[in-house]
Amino acid sequence: MSTKTRVPAVEGMFTLDDEPHLIGGKIKGRDSFFFPAHLGGGDPAAPGAEIEEVPLSRTGTIWSFTNSEYSPPPPFIARTDPYEPITIAAVQLEAEQMVILGQVADGWTVNDLAIGMEMELIVDTLYEDDDNEYLVWKWRPTGAGTGESEATNAEAN
Amino acid sequence: MEDIAILGVGMHPWGKWGRNFVDYGVVAARNALEDAAIDYAEVGFVSGAITVRNGYPGYVAGSTFSRALGFTGAQVASSYAACASGATALSVARGQILSGACDVALVIGADTTPKGFLAPNEGKRPDDTDWLRFHLVGATNPVYFALHAQRRMSLYGATEEDFAAVKVKNARHAVSNPNARFTKEYDIDDVQASPMVSNPLRLLNICATSDGGAAMIVSSMEYAKAHGHADPVRVKGISLVTPTYPDTVLDLPYLATDSAASTPAPDLDFKSSIGASVYAEAGVGPDDVDVAEVYDLSSALELDWYEQLGFCAPGEAEGLLRDGVTTIGGRLPVNPSGGLGAFGEAVPAQAIAQVCELTWQLRGQAEGRQVEGAQVGITANQGLFGHGSSVLVAK
Repeated sequence: MSTKTRVPAVEGMFTLDDEPHLIGGKIKGRDSFFFPAHLGGGDPAAPGAEIEEVPLSRTGTIWSFTNSEYSPPPPFIARTDPYEPITIAAVQLEAEQMVILGQVADGWTVNDLAIGMEMELIVDTLYEDDDNEYLVWKWRPTGAGTGESEATNAEAN
Repeated sequence: MEDIAILGVGMHPWGKWGRNFVDYGVVAARNALEDAAIDYAEVGFVSGAITVRNGYPGYVAGSTFSRALGFTGAQVASSYAACASGATALSVARGQILSGACDVALVIGADTTPKGFLAPNEGKRPDDTDWLRFHLVGATNPVYFALHAQRRMSLYGATEEDFAAVKVKNARHAVSNPNARFTKEYDIDDVQASPMVSNPLRLLNICATSDGGAAMIVSSMEYAKAHGHADPVRVKGISLVTPTYPDTVLDLPYLATDSAASTPAPDLDFKSSIGASVYAEAGVGPDDVDVAEVYDLSSALELDWYEQLGFCAPGEAEGLLRDGVTTIGGRLPVNPSGGLGAFGEAVPAQAIAQVCELTWQLRGQAEGRQVEGAQVGITANQGLFGHGSSVLVAK
C-alpha cells in the first residue's frame, strides 16, 4: 500500500471524499453552471455575476470518447514508462446540461465505450513522484467498481 | 457592407523549411504585389497576422513584415485570433479601407512551426484552460478532433473509410498545387495503414504543422477600377463571430461546455453560426456557392463543415462525399487546394491562404485543380477560445 501523500494535481477542482464531485461554478439564483468554476466562462444574461462553488453531478452519459495512442506532450506527465494509451471521454451531465472531459479509469479502452453509456466520477492517480500521489478526476462506467477484472469482463462483453 | 477588391494574392510554398517566418511573409508579399501590379508605395496599411511561436517579432507581425519590406510610414496593425488570425487581419484591413483611412492594404501572415503536437506555453499555469487540458486530461488537439469524428460514426454511420476518402480526395486535388507541402497521392489502404493517433483518427487523417506564408493586396472598389482591375474578385463577407451562450458543443481547448440548464442552446451551433453570419452579410446562400476551402484539421472535420456551411443537412455529408459532389468535377468541390491535409497548418497564414486559393479559382488561374466556372467561394476556419472565421468571395 502506498504511503505517499494524496494531493490534487490542481487544487480546487474536485472533492476527495468517497463519492467525489467536480467543483463547478454556478451563478447565484440562476442555473448557469461552469467548469472549472472560475475559468468556465460567463452567462451574458448575468454578465459579471458572482459565481458560487457547487458540487456537480457525479454521473452522466458519454457524449463522445477517444484515446491518445501517443503520449501527449508536457505538461502531461505519463504515469507509465513505456507510455500506455490513455482513454478519454466527454460526459454529458443531465441536471447541468453540460459536457465535461476527463480521462477514463485504468483498464477501459475505446472498445469498451459507446456514446450514451452511463459513467460515474472517480478520483484516481494522474502521476506520482517520490513523496506524493497527484490526483485527478476520471470517468468510469457506472457500477464498474475497481480493479482490472471488471475491465476484462467488459472487454469480453 | 460594401465590397472590397482583391488586387493580388501570393504565397510562399508550405513545407518544413526551418527558416525565419519573416522570410516566408516577404516572399508572399512580393508575389502578391507582383500579382496586383502595383508599387509597394501604394500600400497605406499593413495588416499582419500574429505568430506566437517566434518571439517578439511574431507578436508585432505587422511591424516586423513592414520593416522587412522597408518602412514607408504606412499605418500598421497586428491581429491574433489563433487559426482565424488571417481573416481577422483581413477584416481590419477592410475596416480601414471602407472607413477611408487607406485605399490599399497588405494583409500578411507567416509561420515557422515546431514538429509534433502543438503544446501550451511552459510553466505551471492552472489558470489557463489550455494548460489544464494537457496536464490533467492529456487532451491534445487530435483528441478533440477524434471526439467529433466518433460522433459522426455513432450518430450518422460515418466509417473510417469515409474519413480516409476525404484524405484521398484532397491529396489528389493537391498533386499539381505548387504551394502545397504534400503532393503525393494516397489510396484508402494507405490511410488505413497509417498509425492510429486518437481513435478513430489515423496519422493521415490529421493535418501536420507547417512553415508557410500568404499575403493579399486589397483595395477599395474605386481604387481597383481606377488602376486597371475592372472585374476583380471581391470580398463580400467576413464572419468573425463568437459562439452564442450556451455553446454546448465541446471543443478545444475547453474542459467543459457551457450549461444549457438556464438558457436553451441556440438554434445554430458555433461553427454553423460562423457560416450563417457570412451568408447574411454577403447576401448569398449555400446554394450559390461553387467552391469552398474549409478547415480540415482532420478529414472528419471537413465532413462537419459540409453541414455547418449548409451544403447539406446534418448526417448527409458522407453522401455528398461518396457521390463525388465535393471532388473537383463535382457540383461543389471542397478544398481544391488540397486543404490542410496537403498544406499542414501554418496558423497565421492559413486563413489568408484559403482566400488566395479562392481568388485563383474565381479568376480561372488554378492550373491543374480548376473548378470550372466558379463565381462564388467560401472559406471556413476554426480557431481556439471561441475564434473562428469565414470569408465569402465572388467575381
